[in-house]
Amino acid sequence: MNNNDMPKIIGFLCTWCSYTGADLAGTSRLRIPSSIRVIRTMCSGRIDPLFVLKCYLKGADGVMMMGCHPGDCHYQKGNYNARRRYVMLHNIFKTLGLEKDRIGLWWVSASEAPIYAKVTNEFTQQVKRLGPNPLREEIFI
Amino acid sequence: MSNALKINKGIEEGLRDFLEFLLKSEKAGAVFALKKMNGKGAVSYSLITDTDELKDAVPLYPLMPVNAGKALSSFTLEGVPEKPVAAVLRPCELRAFIELVKRAQGSLDNILLISLTCGGVYPLKSLTDGNLKKLLSQYWESAKKADIDPGIRDTCQSCENFIPQLADMTVVSLGKKDLDKECTIILNTKKGEEYAREAPGSIVSEEIETAETKKLKEKRKEKNEKMVEDFQKDGSGLKALIKTFAACLGCHGCSQACPICYCMLCDFDSKTQEYKPVSFSSELKQKGGLRVPPGTIYFHLGRMSHMAVSCVSCGMCSDVCPVNIPVSTLFSIVGASLQGMFDYIPGRDVEETVPSGTYKEEEFVETGEYSGSG
Repeated sequence: MNNNDMPKIIGFLCTWCSYTGADLAGTSRLRIPSSIRVIRTMCSGRIDPLFVLKCYLKGADGVMMMGCHPGDCHYQKGNYNARRRYVMLHNIFKTLGLEKDRIGLWWVSASEAPIYAKVTNEFTQQVKRLGPNPLREEIFI
Repeated sequence: MSNALKINKGIEEGLRDFLEFLLKSEKAGAVFALKKMNGKGAVSYSLITDTDELKDAVPLYPLMPVNAGKALSSFTLEGVPEKPVAAVLRPCELRAFIELVKRAQGSLDNILLISLTCGGVYPLKSLTDGNLKKLLSQYWESAKKADIDPGIRDTCQSCENFIPQLADMTVVSLGKKDLDKECTIILNTKKGEEYAREAPGSIVSEEIETAETKKLKEKRKEKNEKMVEDFQKDGSGLKALIKTFAACLGCHGCSQACPICYCMLCDFDSKTQEYKPVSFSSELKQKGGLRVPPGTIYFHLGRMSHMAVSCVSCGMCSDVCPVNIPVSTLFSIVGASLQGMFDYIPGRDVEETVPSGTYKEEEFVETGEYSGSG
């Protein structure tokens, strides 16, 4: 595939589950799309909605948030906070008529390398269908 | 039905008399209310202990120089007032104060909350128009009929929460023909009754919700629905959003005026948001242009993601905007949508936690679960 067709996706991955899961996906030689750029956070609860907004407004075609499954958080409850922040941000996108399908949240555990491969591939396809982020063309915002 | 104190004087004068009684009987150590600052219509929230100074108090003046919730928080943040303070504030200001108390930014101790059935306030700019007298008489005519005054803030015109919930006393300022001749103060709580004991006037029975207020609620609801409809037609979507904020100066006045934005140092005023030379050049290389200061929409959406769930729709943000961006319309609509998700009304109950600071384990269980095949 031509690299220019590949959307740019930013992924915020919690270090304990999703980042380790992504690592496993690599060592298991699973196919991971080149669209995703991973940023590691200590916990999905660390992902401020501002991070997601900034990526979106700077022209990222998609933003993924990933963390441990509910109940499995390394810090006990961080991912519950992440979930609430995500649904609130999603609601803001929906209410303002922005492209809410460009953001998403998934639980990926350290052993779920196949799930990591699947969600990144599927999200890449979803973002591709949406086309490039129109904000890339908006310079003076 | 609740007990009410009826004073046979005009509404504003009657309330002033009552406040004077509170000071003289030493039930209250100070009064917190709007006070005339010059003869030209400027008012400011003030703490008053001297009964002579009280003569210039205009507690029901339809103007909101700052959100009183924010003002009350400024002197209850570090400690409780020595003597009780009788504070007169509008329902949205009261709700803002409650939101601040929830965030440990103020205290309800030793504060007597006096609110009113609210007819709305005029935009601050109407002060400089010079026809304030005309506006004031027009305002009270609309109040008597419990009508929507066409001159009041847009957010006030579509506000359905004009009956205060947590006030100790509520001054009836809507839907009464003889507002010029009588002042009715409903005593909602035991504390309210306590303070009103031995006050001049007679005790009567009064209903806070009347046929008039119900009618007004309907009218305001209609306005609200129209506002949302108009937004969905013209204001929704990325292009419209960019257009709406195109004129933004980046003064951050909206966040300064917002009663919910209490952070000592806003993230958007902090070093973290500063552009380093390298960010300028890298962005210029990519895009071929850059707005200075950058990040206009980022600021508004970011602020929204932080506080809209507690937005009390007071309209301060729109009012202070130097370029007339309808900030409060946008924040009210998004706020209502977020509040709907959690069945939350900001300022309804001081025990309720703010949705952005808590979670439930059993909510949104499907969010984040991979639903594809195996």
